[in-house]
Amino acid sequence: MSGMRYEAPGSVDEAVTLLADAKGDARVLAGGTDLLVQIRAGMISPDLVVDIKKIAETKGITANGGGFSVGASVPGAELGAHAAFKAAWPGVVEGAELIGSTQVQGRATMAGNLCNASPAADSVPALIAAGATCTVVGPKGRREVPVGDIPTGPGKTSLADGEFIVDIKLPARPAHASDAYLRMIPRTEMDIAIVGAGVNLVLDDSGTCIEACVVLGAVGPKTIIVADAAAALVGSKVDAAALAAVSAAASAAATPIDDKRGTVEYRTKVAGVMASRAAAIAADRARSK
Amino acid sequence: MAKQHITTTINGEESEYLCEAQETLLDVLRDQVGLTGTKEGCSSGDCGACSVMLDGVLVCSCLVLGVEAEGKTVETIEGMADGDELHPLQQKFLEEAALQCGFCTPGVLVAAKALLDMNNNPTETEVRYWLAGNLCRCTGYDKIIRAVMDTAADMRGASA
Amino acid sequence: MNEQPKQFKWVGTRTIRPDGVDKVTGRAMYGADLTLPGMLQGKVVRSPHAHARIISIDTSAAEALTGVKAVVTAADMPEADSKLVAAGEAMINFRDLAHNVIARDKVLYDGHAVAAVAATTNDIAERAAALIKVKYEVLPHVIDVLEAMKDDAPVLHDNMFTGGVKPKPEKASNVANRVEFGMGDVEAGFAAADLIIERKFTTEPVHQAYIEPHAVVADMGQDGKVDVWCSSQGHFMVRSFCAGLLKIDMSKIKVSAAEIGGGFGGKTTVYLEPLAIMLSRKAGRPVRMAMSREEVFRGSGPTSGAAMTVKIGATKDGRITAGDATLYFQAGAFPGSPVGPACMTAFTPYNLDNVRVVGFDVVSNRQKVVAYRAPGAPISEYAVESIVDELASKLGIDPIDFRTKNAALEGTKAAYGVTFGAIGMQETLDAAKATEHYKIPLGPNQGRGVASGFWFNIGGESCAGIRINEDGTVALSEGSPDIGGSRASMAIMAAEVLGIDVNKVKPTVVDTDAIGYHFVTGGSRVTFATGMAVVDASKAVVDEMRARVAKVWEVDIEGVVWEDGHARPASTNVGDFDPMSLAEIAAIANKTGGPISGHADINAKGAGPAFGTHICDVEVDPETGFVTVLRYTAVQDVGRAIHPGYVEGQLQGGAAQGIGWALNEAYIYDKNGCVDNPGFLDYRVPVASDLPMIDAILVEVPNPTHPFGVRGVGEVPIIPPLAAVNNAVAAATGTRFTALPLSPPAILAGMAAKN
Repeated sequence: MSGMRYEAPGSVDEAVTLLADAKGDARVLAGGTDLLVQIRAGMISPDLVVDIKKIAETKGITANGGGFSVGASVPGAELGAHAAFKAAWPGVVEGAELIGSTQVQGRATMAGNLCNASPAADSVPALIAAGATCTVVGPKGRREVPVGDIPTGPGKTSLADGEFIVDIKLPARPAHASDAYLRMIPRTEMDIAIVGAGVNLVLDDSGTCIEACVVLGAVGPKTIIVADAAAALVGSKVDAAALAAVSAAASAAATPIDDKRGTVEYRTKVAGVMASRAAAIAADRARSK
Repeated sequence: MAKQHITTTINGEESEYLCEAQETLLDVLRDQVGLTGTKEGCSSGDCGACSVMLDGVLVCSCLVLGVEAEGKTVETIEGMADGDELHPLQQKFLEEAALQCGFCTPGVLVAAKALLDMNNNPTETEVRYWLAGNLCRCTGYDKIIRAVMDTAADMRGASA
Repeated sequence: MNEQPKQFKWVGTRTIRPDGVDKVTGRAMYGADLTLPGMLQGKVVRSPHAHARIISIDTSAAEALTGVKAVVTAADMPEADSKLVAAGEAMINFRDLAHNVIARDKVLYDGHAVAAVAATTNDIAERAAALIKVKYEVLPHVIDVLEAMKDDAPVLHDNMFTGGVKPKPEKASNVANRVEFGMGDVEAGFAAADLIIERKFTTEPVHQAYIEPHAVVADMGQDGKVDVWCSSQGHFMVRSFCAGLLKIDMSKIKVSAAEIGGGFGGKTTVYLEPLAIMLSRKAGRPVRMAMSREEVFRGSGPTSGAAMTVKIGATKDGRITAGDATLYFQAGAFPGSPVGPACMTAFTPYNLDNVRVVGFDVVSNRQKVVAYRAPGAPISEYAVESIVDELASKLGIDPIDFRTKNAALEGTKAAYGVTFGAIGMQETLDAAKATEHYKIPLGPNQGRGVASGFWFNIGGESCAGIRINEDGTVALSEGSPDIGGSRASMAIMAAEVLGIDVNKVKPTVVDTDAIGYHFVTGGSRVTFATGMAVVDASKAVVDEMRARVAKVWEVDIEGVVWEDGHARPASTNVGDFDPMSLAEIAAIANKTGGPISGHADINAKGAGPAFGTHICDVEVDPETGFVTVLRYTAVQDVGRAIHPGYVEGQLQGGAAQGIGWALNEAYIYDKNGCVDNPGFLDYRVPVASDLPMIDAILVEVPNPTHPFGVRGVGEVPIIPPLAAVNNAVAAATGTRFTALPLSPPAILAGMAAKN
């Protein structure tokens, strides 16, 4: 770890060049709340760290055409303080704000959470449910990728050498649309999700669900999109029967493991509980819009 | 790698230090700058003992590289009192016995001040969640939460 | 004890602690905060195996690295004698201590130290540590206490034969010792019972989890003199342990007490200190060592986990007729679990005729346990108090009334042999029952639990020196590291006796060269024992001042009394003299015999036993098993609260630790016997948002042997929460749980199993 080089380029092109030319292990630094822990623990010893926080494109939250673009270096605290974003995507904000403490919120980003590729990443299920995409830049130019395509397994991503994310885009919202994210942890804060569930849905004027997406975290090597749960919601008034069907579908879709944080049996049951509760919250929010 | 020369403002004074790229702001504050009031409890962002303000944002200094502080302002516990005058939170913590061993106290105070600077009328629940990243093993948090709430009440009274 | 407490000027007031400003401004110096010129950084190489034979250690590559100044292994430490020394509240073997500090021949747990290195920077020290090549022969390991007792279990120590049994076993085993306490006729007692409940319980090892990791600076000179600066619960303990381990005269080791960032019993032994001295000796430079959080979990002591069987019988009208318990305690890699005190405290809140408690001290490939707040008592009393609650419930008796029918009182004989004097068990029950908390109605999925707890408290060696400065201020020297505000209590007690403003008294925790031996800050003893020394020293100063004034007035010393900070004539017969203040006496000390001081060097006896009763309300989410603690009240007989704020803090902090123990804290091991959660992310201590306010109610039944009535307070509060939470969860769910922690998966599984 001795001999690590630090660069803080001011443009995407400079960052791409630095990463593309790097010898040895090169890492992108945004909030650093995972990267620095991994360096300290000796899990990685990068030769180069490229801090992207000075790149204008990675900063700020921009509204465009009803949607939003969130820069890759926007920390959770900034996301939570953005009233319009929070009103449109309360579930996405919930997920991002559950990453660590107030202190960690001052640094941790959704893009970093995505690229760390933990199956339990709190911001990812709601982003996938929201249909978010991200802008990936690299030596071969830039591409728009659905966020769900970034993690490919625990700690692994589809990003090629020299590539990094500059922003995450959330689409425009119709009326009566909202989302929610819930997770189960043994304490009230400062934990990794045992189960996470993000639900995004759209109601029509009569309160009938016309679009839904239900995504589970921490119950498989990757997040799981539960199509049967979405199907149970669409066409329903998101009533008790629909929520029971969501719960059953989520439990059926979960493929968890036993580990120090939870058992297969527990995660399977609670996946259903979290999914149905998140769906109920999302529906309540959508009805009030 | 040669050490990098960093210029930053710490507790209102322009400061310079040399650090290696992998050194954290926590290492730098304690070992280079000599500000040992910022404590190391875990170095993984889980205990909050190393809390400082970086450009006005509450962070764990163990999760910030020393080199990232270039051109930024850093506020630590050593800068909280105004000369001999303790910050109202510091005074209230003493009056209400809101510390026992005192090791988490600098981080708790820095974090609590960040909250009250933003919101001088927090609920108990807001204070508890704001400080959830500041572990205290001695007090059971009761007197800490009360001291923060009572300081906020005093601040509201003073500004009314 | 219904006498009205006499009015005190300072005792019972909430003064500002003398070390307070330093601690809120970042100026206070803790273990890792000292830097000396030329100081090196030390790192420990630790075993990655739970149980392995060390074949060889090759340090050559590390020693060749530029910047490395010293490398040490067990070969650099003299082999220790096998003898017992006091460590906290337990006795431990000196040879075991040596082998725990640095492994010799075998590593016995994941994280066991095998070598240490000192280098010019942390980075170099870390790289050098990685270059030390240790060749291991991995051996089968055993983690679980009951597994470790089986005939075919891997044996950790082939020279260990179970003590306390006859005849002495011929085969080595992992059972270090068997103890038994009891009285009366247990079988006859059960025969008289209308209801008998017997259950098996388990608890997991939990760590003290002080926020400050262990840290030390050691500096050995060419003359063999050593300066040690460290965070510990006893710098005299550090001195005697290092002297014994390294065969250095005690007079050559000076240990200074850094401020200590929490201990809870976990800093009543040495880990890094001998290694730092060894490295400093080899390098000829000062060496600083500090553990990482991971090292704290892997390399320092938690307290025991246990497996227990408890059986209690009672009559229909709620009188307990007999109690019987068998306790198997994990000691970790070396003997010395707190099973003894666990046995002695198990049934002691109650006045029973028939009791039997048998305990086994069992080694396994875990971190060697060390004291944790009331060592052993939370574990055994958890099991007993859970059954007491179930008995009350099944007999239809209010749980506080049930305890009242059986409470230990003055004159009660405890199973471990003592007959109690003035105690406050019943008073805590009365105060608990009278709380508003106990009357609040509960909602769906909510439950209320009650539990009581007992701890002995101890006295022991303490010293104090009081010097009157020329300007009438007072320097107070003592040697008990201040973890939770004890300097404030010392200043209060001195000011009370001297009759001066408490802010005129400056207490200092001085180094081992400056004062006599102190036992550790532990056993809830400091305010009691060191406080007694402070009172004695203050009284000696008062007597000296009376003698000085008698000289000035040319009267007998009996003619001078000390009242409210002034020497006064004892009566008008003595003469018509103006009172002389302490400051006036100080100002003329050079004319009356020179500097004025008083000292006391004592072995305090008569620590007052203490009892507490806690009430806990919880709500359990029936779909997730998540437990929310809604309300919590801790009632305790504290004898007399010298500084009520810090006494309440002990109750609140102990309760929070107990709640963590009950709900989420546990060591988790992987299949290789390695710690799977060595960090604050997965070793889950309560965070601020996990807890409600904790109401602390102080009951004062003064301890007649202390000048102000002090009882120890620090340990009792961690005892009742385990059962209080367990009983509340039982009430909320209708399910009796018998294993800690009560994590959400465990609760859901338990509820499912019942249905």
